[in-house]
Amino acid sequence: MSDFAKRAETLAAGYLPRTELQRLLDALVSTGYRCVGPRVRDGAIQYLPLDRADEFPVGVRDHQEPGSYRVEVVDDERCFAWANGPQALKPLTFAPDEVLWQFSADASDLSFTTPTRAHPMTAVIGVRGCDLAALRLQEAHFLAPGNRDPAYAARREALFLVGVDCSHPAATCFCTSTGDGPSLGSGYDLALTELDDGFLVWRGSRLADAVLATLDLPPADAQLLRRAKDQQAQAAAAQQRRMPAPQRLMGLMQRLDHAQWDDVAARCLGCGNCTAVCPSCFCSSHRAEPALDGLSGSQVRSWDSCFTLEHSTMHGRPVRADIRTRYRQWLTHKLAGWQSQYGRSGCVGCGRCITWCPVGIDLTAEAAALLETDSA
Amino acid sequence: MSVHLPVAAEIVERIQESRDIFTLRLRRVGPDGPLRFDFAPGQFNMVYLRGAGEVAISIVSDPDEERFFDHTIRAVGRVTDALAALAPGDRIGIRGPFGTGWPLREVEGRDVLIVTGGLGCAPVVSVINYLFRRRAAFGRIAILQGVRHAADMIWRPRYDAWAAQPDTEIHLAADVSAGDPGLFQGTVVELFKRLDLAADNALAMLCGPEVMMAAAVAELRARGFADAAIYLSLERNMQCGNGLCGHCQFGPLYVCRDGPVFAYSAIADWFGKRGF
Ligand SMILES: Cc1cc2nc3c(=O)[nH]c(=O)nc-3n(C[C@H](O)[C@H](O)[C@H](O)COP(=O)(O)OP(=O)(O)OC[C@H]3O[C@@H](n4cnc5c(N)ncnc54)[C@H](O)[C@@H]3O)c2cc1C
Ligand code: SF4
Ligand code: FES
Repeated sequence: MSDFAKRAETLAAGYLPRTELQRLLDALVSTGYRCVGPRVRDGAIQYLPLDRADEFPVGVRDHQEPGSYRVEVVDDERCFAWANGPQALKPLTFAPDEVLWQFSADASDLSFTTPTRAHPMTAVIGVRGCDLAALRLQEAHFLAPGNRDPAYAARREALFLVGVDCSHPAATCFCTSTGDGPSLGSGYDLALTELDDGFLVWRGSRLADAVLATLDLPPADAQLLRRAKDQQAQAAAAQQRRMPAPQRLMGLMQRLDHAQWDDVAARCLGCGNCTAVCPSCFCSSHRAEPALDGLSGSQVRSWDSCFTLEHSTMHGRPVRADIRTRYRQWLTHKLAGWQSQYGRSGCVGCGRCITWCPVGIDLTAEAAALLETDSA
Repeated sequence: MSVHLPVAAEIVERIQESRDIFTLRLRRVGPDGPLRFDFAPGQFNMVYLRGAGEVAISIVSDPDEERFFDHTIRAVGRVTDALAALAPGDRIGIRGPFGTGWPLREVEGRDVLIVTGGLGCAPVVSVINYLFRRRAAFGRIAILQGVRHAADMIWRPRYDAWAAQPDTEIHLAADVSAGDPGLFQGTVVELFKRLDLAADNALAMLCGPEVMMAAAVAELRARGFADAAIYLSLERNMQCGNGLCGHCQFGPLYVCRDGPVFAYSAIADWFGKRGF
C-alpha cells in the first residue's frame, strides 16, 4: 500500500479551503513559529521567510531535465504544484557554516567555549517526502546515539515541519523507486495534500495539536479523499526514472574497476554541484578563524565535497587524485556504503544532482550501466 | 571530556627526537589542577593550536602513566611546524581520545610481531613500550622496523635495551643506512627474511605507508598468518575525529571511529585499492 493510502486509512483529515490558507500561517505564528516556505528567487524555488499566503509560488510549475531547471507561471491557484528547488531542508539543520567552538587565551590560560545556540522556532512549509527521508538519513548520521552533534541537534529541535504531498513530480524525480515519495512518509508534524480548491490537513505529531486547535477544521469528506488518492497515485505512476533496488546497488562494490567509471569520468567536471544540492551529503571541513589579536577566535565547520582534491589529501598527496575515483567514491558511498553504515541507501530520489549537474550526469543511468554488465 | 569541545593541556616538557621529530609531554589542566587522561594505545587526539588549526596525532605514552601523556610529532606543515615552536608552559587544546586501540588484551599469552616503516613509527611505539613494560604477559616479541634515513631511527637506545631481553628479536632497516652497522640497508619488507617467529600463536601489528603494509600483509599471509591475526593502523585526512566530517571514509568504514586500528579481515576488500 502506498504511503498516502496508508495515511488515509489510519488518520482523519481536516479540510482547509485555499482561500483560508492565510489562517494556517497565522496559526503557526500565534503558536510561536516564524514561517519559512517556498518562494521563487533567482529563477528557482527556495525556502525563504514568508508571512503572507500570496507569497507562496501561486501557479508556478518547475521543468527539470538533466542539467536544466526552469520555472514558469500558469493560470491556476495551486501553490505547491512543483517538485523541488536546489535546497532541501539541509541548510536549515546542517548549516553551510557553523561555529563549533570558540577559544580565548591570555598569558597563562587557554579556554574553550561552545557558542550559544539559540535558534528561532521555525515552521518550514512545503517539505517533500524526499526531504523528510533525507532528514531521517542526516539524523542517523548527526544524531546517532552516543555521537550526537550538538550544533545539528540545536537547529533540528527548533523546526516544525509542514509537509506537502507532491502532486507534480519533475522529470528528474524517482522517489517512487526509492520508496520516499511522492507522498509524505513519516517525520512531518503537519501534512497538507493540495487539491484544486483547498488542502487536506493531517496531524503528524503532538507539536501539531496547538496549531490544529487554532485552525479548528471541518473533516474532509469522502469525495475529497478519493480525489486526493487518485492524484497521489497518478503522481507516483508518472515518474519515468528509477533507481535500481538496494540489494542490486550493493553490487557496485563488486564493480570498482568497471569501464563505466572511465566513461563517466570523461564527462564529470568534478565541480561538486551534485554534493552541494544532495539532501543527504554531510561532508564538512574545519578551519581555525583567529581574531586579529590572536587571543581569541573560533573553529568553523563548512560544507565540503568529496569531489575536491583536498578532501582526501594526506602528506601532500590526494588518495583520490582523479575524477574517476572521486565520482566512484561519491556513487559507491551514496548507494552502497550508506546501506552498511545507516541501514539504507543514501539516495532519496529527489533528482537534484541530475538537474543541477552542469553536464547533466544522471546517477540512475550511471548505476544502471554499472550494474547491467559484470565487467570487472 | 567532550569529543566536541577541546580541553586545555599544558606542555610540561618538549623533547627534540630528531631534526624534525619532537615529543610534547602534556598534562590536562582543570580549574583545580591536573586532570587524568584515559586512553588506549593506538588511539589518537585532535591537537589544536590556537589560531592555526587541529591535527590528528597518536598518543604514544603508557596508558597507566597518570602524570602526563605524550605526542610525538613530525613537523611537516602549517600546524605541526607551529606546534614544533612551542615551549614548556604553553597550552594547546585536546579533543579525544578517538578511535580503536591495538588488540592488547587479545595478544596476552601470545607471540607478537610488529612491523613498522616510513614515518609511521609513532602509533606503534606506544605498543612496543606497553609490551616491554609488561614483558612477562607475552610470548616471543619480534620487531621489524624500517625508516628512510638512518637519522629517522629515533629511540635507538631503547631498541638496543629491548633487543637484549629474552625471547625477543629486533631487526632494523633504513633505505639509506649511512654506514650504520646496526641497520640493514633496504626496506622493512626485506627484513622478513631474518624473521624467526611462527604464525601459529602470533598476532601481527602493522603501521606505516600503505604500500609497505600491503607488502607485509602478503608476506604474513604466505607465512600462515590468518587475516584476523593481522592488525593495521591506517591514516586518512581527518577533520573531526568522531565520524561526522566524512573525510576519513574508507569503503563503508570511518578510519577515525571504526579504526585507525583495523583487523585486516575487516578491510581486506578495500585495502590497497587505489582511491579508497
Ligand atoms: C589517526 C592519525 C594519527 C596520526 N598520528 C600522528 C603522529 O602520532 N605523529 C605525527 O607526526 N603525525 C601523525 N599523523 C599525521 C598528522 O595528522 C599530519 O601530519 C598533520 O595533520 C599535518 O598537518 P599540518 O598542518 O602540519 O600540515 P599541512 O600543512 O596541513 O599539511 C602537511 C602535510 O600533511 C598532510 N595532511 C594534512 N592534514 C592531514 C591529516 N588530517 N591527516 C594526514 N595527513 C594530513 C598534508 O596533505 C600535507 O602533505 C596522524 C594522522 C592520523 C590520521
Ligand atoms: S556529477 Fe555533475 S554535478 Fe557532480 S561533480 Fe560531476 S559534473 Fe559536477
Ligand atoms: S575524521 Fe571526520 S569522519 Fe573521520
